[in-house]
Amino acid sequence: MNADLRADPAITVRGLNKSFGALHAVRDVSIEVRRGQICGFLGPNGSGKTTTIRLLCGLLTPDSGEGHCLGFDILRESAAIKREVGYMTQRFSFYEDLSIRENLRFVARMYGVPRPSRVVNETLERLGLTKRQKQLAGTLSGGWKQRMALAACILHQPQLLLLDEPTAGVDPKARREFWDQIHQLAGEGLTVLVSTHYMDEAERCNTIAYLDTGRLLAFGSVGDIIRTSGLTTWHVDAPDPIALAADLRRQAGIAMVAAFGSTLHVSGPDSVALSTALAPYRRDSSLRWTESHPGLEDAFIALMERNRATGAVAA
Amino acid sequence: MNRSTFVKRFAAILAKEFVQMRRDRLTFAMMIGVPIMQLILFGYAINQDPRALPAAVVAAEATAFSRSLVASLEHSGYFRIDPTAYTAAQAREKLARGELMFIVTIPSDFTRTLERGERPALLVEADATDPGATGGALAAVVQAANTALAHDLTGPLARLASGPDPFEVRVHRLYNPEGVTQYNIVPGLIGLILTMTMVMMTSLAMTRERERGTFENLLAMPVRPMEVMFGKIVPYIFVGLVQVSVIIVVGRYLFGVPLVGSLTMLSGILVIFIAANLTIGFTFSTIAKNQLQAMQMTFFFFLPSILLSGFMFPFRGMPGWAQAIGEIFPLTHFLRIVRGVMLKGSTWAEVQPEVWPLLAFMGVAMIVAMARYRRTLD
Ligand SMILES: Nc1ncnc2c1ncn2[C@@H]1O[C@H](COP(=O)(O)OP(=O)(O)O)[C@@H](O)[C@H]1O
Ligand SMILES: [Mg+2]
Repeated sequence: MNADLRADPAITVRGLNKSFGALHAVRDVSIEVRRGQICGFLGPNGSGKTTTIRLLCGLLTPDSGEGHCLGFDILRESAAIKREVGYMTQRFSFYEDLSIRENLRFVARMYGVPRPSRVVNETLERLGLTKRQKQLAGTLSGGWKQRMALAACILHQPQLLLLDEPTAGVDPKARREFWDQIHQLAGEGLTVLVSTHYMDEAERCNTIAYLDTGRLLAFGSVGDIIRTSGLTTWHVDAPDPIALAADLRRQAGIAMVAAFGSTLHVSGPDSVALSTALAPYRRDSSLRWTESHPGLEDAFIALMERNRATGAVAA
Repeated sequence: MNRSTFVKRFAAILAKEFVQMRRDRLTFAMMIGVPIMQLILFGYAINQDPRALPAAVVAAEATAFSRSLVASLEHSGYFRIDPTAYTAAQAREKLARGELMFIVTIPSDFTRTLERGERPALLVEADATDPGATGGALAAVVQAANTALAHDLTGPLARLASGPDPFEVRVHRLYNPEGVTQYNIVPGLIGLILTMTMVMMTSLAMTRERERGTFENLLAMPVRPMEVMFGKIVPYIFVGLVQVSVIIVVGRYLFGVPLVGSLTMLSGILVIFIAANLTIGFTFSTIAKNQLQAMQMTFFFFLPSILLSGFMFPFRGMPGWAQAIGEIFPLTHFLRIVRGVMLKGSTWAEVQPEVWPLLAFMGVAMIVAMARYRRTLD
């Protein structure tokens, strides 16, 4: 691989479509991820994250669309892509009746890694799996399984990692350590595309792709996403947040009210309309109002609701 | 627990089972298909008292007696006489290959000896590897010879008809002179057990990966279908060879089943036969959606294999269409080979016509498997 290609983006795809029967799982998705970046894939369940990832690594053939992954054509060169990609499936997909070491050795040999034993040892060491290397994969807890899966994905020194909800069902400490690993790998030049439902994880990504009903609704940095949502948000501390929330939801101009303990996040797409709607409540002295920025989660929900509303009109 | 909750829960499970049954089309088709197949095979193809077995009459010259003998042998229903005029050597070669099951030899001086009242011998050689197949037919030979003679004992020979049997029928049960059933069963079991276990093992091969979710990972790796197939098949060749060794040793020491022919050649052919079964199993596993379906396909393959191969019922006693179907199955050809090598001491020249069908079967199964093997999750 020459230097020119290295400067190329790791992933560039345009207009990807994939249907399963009548279900249009991925619609016109175009993304571009530069090398060494961490790209987060977010979206509700069934939004097409897994399907998109599978299209990228050649496990599914797109109905239409085109693009390149690591400089290889996703339609014609999937064999070459597979050699350079580490794909961690959403569901644990290693052999439960093999030990960690045996699984890794198997993977190393499948990729034709030279000196597999040494590479396996190094990888075990790197992910702190050395002590457990003899344990059967089936007897591992969620966090350790995920660590083993990551080890198996990086063993052959891929250029691109595709991680499908790697931290689902994993405890916070293990999640933190996992993300430290990911950042370290990205620092070494790996491109990482990771799907997740966690906002804190989304915030640790360079770019975020937000999908809903197979459509790419937003693509960019955290700031970009919040800007595209066009939301204005106020926070309010209330003695009776539940009653207040019910009340606020009925007002025109208020799109979302979400409770975080005794604080409510109140958001709307139009800042003037939101101010007008809130004016009577601002006068209530028992409430403490502060103007704020919408969070990523607020932005996602707003994007999703707008998509569903326009989608319903279109359909 | 009261009765109404019992009924409710029972009904809930009942309803769920029916819904699941309806979803699994293949299982449903099997439940209908298996009884139909069994009815047809047992009803039309299988004959407990096999008839129309291939036989030849070897006579030095065509005489009135030889013609009557052929006619009455055929008339008995037990024999289908090959009209070719074989020499004794040719006929014996056909017998060794299993293409003939009986040779009736009329000695050249038969009529003259008979006229002299010297009780000539009519020689009957039978392939007794399967004692069950030959029993009824051998009894019919004596009957047929007598009928033929009675027809011909006219004129000067008429006086012989009233006396004791004017000739004797000398029966040679070749390959299994004592008519030991185990001699036939044990080599057959090698084929049967291999068919059952080998097809089943590999038919679960891909479906297990799919059910456990490891298939997606396998697909994501840069591995070619051929590599997967050979990797999945070869380990079981060793398992199969171990099974065979056990059967041969136990058959030898418990039942005294001989191994007349070359063990080396048999081993080589065993590898081909095992591989053919493993390949069809792998083909099933690329078609079946889950392990249950794979097991059902195995069963659907196994059933006609045992019924139509000549394991349970004499192959030559089945109607032509059933024999034609039987020729497809590897077990059919393997049974001829293994019985030939173990009991008759068959040579490569004698068994090789049965080896090509095994290879052809394997080739076709591989092509289907490769065409069916999915490289993607589409
Ligand atoms: N193999 C398949 N056959 C049929 N439908 C599928 C298949 N894979 C995914 N889907 C459907 O496509 C949609 C997108 O699924 P997926 O990509 O798995 O979503 P996500 O990973 O974002 O939860 C879902 O509605 C899902 O049910
Ligand atoms: Mg998913």
